[in-house]
Amino acid sequence: MYSEAQILEWLEEVKDPEIPVLSLVDLGVITNIDINEHRVAVTMTPTFVGCPAIDYMKQDVIEVLNSYGIDNVDVQVNFDEPWNSNKITEKGRKALKEFGLAPPPKHNLIVDIDILDNIECPNCGSNNSVMKTPFGPTACRSIHFCNNCKETFEQFKPL
Amino acid sequence: MNEITIKELLYKIADDQLILGHRNSEWTGFGPLLEEDIAFSSMAQDKVGQSQAMYQLLHELGEAEPDTVAFMRNEDQFHNCQLTELPNGEYDFSLIRHFLFDFAYAIRFEMLANSSYEPLAKLSKKIQGELRYHTMHANTWIKQLGSATEESISRLQNSLNEAMPYSLGIFEPSPYEAELKSEGIFEGEEVLKEKWLAKITDVINQTQLQMPDISTLTPKYGGRKGKHTEHLQPLLDEMAEVFRIDPTADW
Repeated sequence: MYSEAQILEWLEEVKDPEIPVLSLVDLGVITNIDINEHRVAVTMTPTFVGCPAIDYMKQDVIEVLNSYGIDNVDVQVNFDEPWNSNKITEKGRKALKEFGLAPPPKHNLIVDIDILDNIECPNCGSNNSVMKTPFGPTACRSIHFCNNCKETFEQFKPL
Repeated sequence: MNEITIKELLYKIADDQLILGHRNSEWTGFGPLLEEDIAFSSMAQDKVGQSQAMYQLLHELGEAEPDTVAFMRNEDQFHNCQLTELPNGEYDFSLIRHFLFDFAYAIRFEMLANSSYEPLAKLSKKIQGELRYHTMHANTWIKQLGSATEESISRLQNSLNEAMPYSLGIFEPSPYEAELKSEGIFEGEEVLKEKWLAKITDVINQTQLQMPDISTLTPKYGGRKGKHTEHLQPLLDEMAEVFRIDPTADW
């Protein structure tokens, strides 16, 4: 038998394919782990409903757990515990920032346009920034401009 | 729970999102500026993804696989409203359609988040959050271009007048309105329409655009029953071209 903590530690190795510094655990998309003698069942939920990376992530979870000798891995994707950006861990937020992607501001689950301006620039740390467009290179990123260092940057969108 | 009523509801929602998602994707590479090109492409990805999740719910109720349902039906088997299938036209028309449709759907999913049909309620709650970015985008541009120059105002006004009868077609009553309501699945198209009208009127009143008098308009109904304009079948042919040649194609 494996412990849930052990499984989670191994799953730290599975990264978001588009943000390779962020593990699925820190992204907050692993919603349940069920272990019995014969199999490990992992439940995941996508960040955005149409996220094309979910199938890759699912496959990666199976491969990583297989590599630790767990042959019977079952991965389910559902919306029982839907993802929101508050689920990104502190470690994950730090990794995003170091990667150059502004972490999403914490919110009360109602994302208002007001919280999308004055995002802290991951390059210079200034909050003197404006959102240029809520749609970026992937479904989960928006594009911002920093008035201080005059750099364009991306943010992991609050949702 | 009566499965026929649920399926009818799921099909029209999924088909609306798939068809408008496809139209949005036609802006890829053609947007009037890079940000708008990305915005419509990104909304296309969201909508097609959301439709897939809806088709998955239908699959769990015994319908065919999502890809088969999406790519193998002909126009008379699609339940999308005619608004979604109209060609993109110029950017002003696409923008107005996006504004009218996404506010209707933001409210629809807000209502469905409380549905007694739990799988739909969960998914709607999730989609509701994503649509906030779509309505935010529509709002920004309608407010800006609706009060900018003579040309931008008259273009948007003409598109608004043209799109409005089709927009009313979003709310074509279902044969199962009474059951949906009594079973707590969905409060109904009429309630949705009233909420939508209040919302879009509020935005339009903040611009120099005039809200058309809807009491004088005949809604473009028929889409929900498989009656479509000449524009849908060519869209379906293009969308399904690869799948119909090789259903196992992968990339």
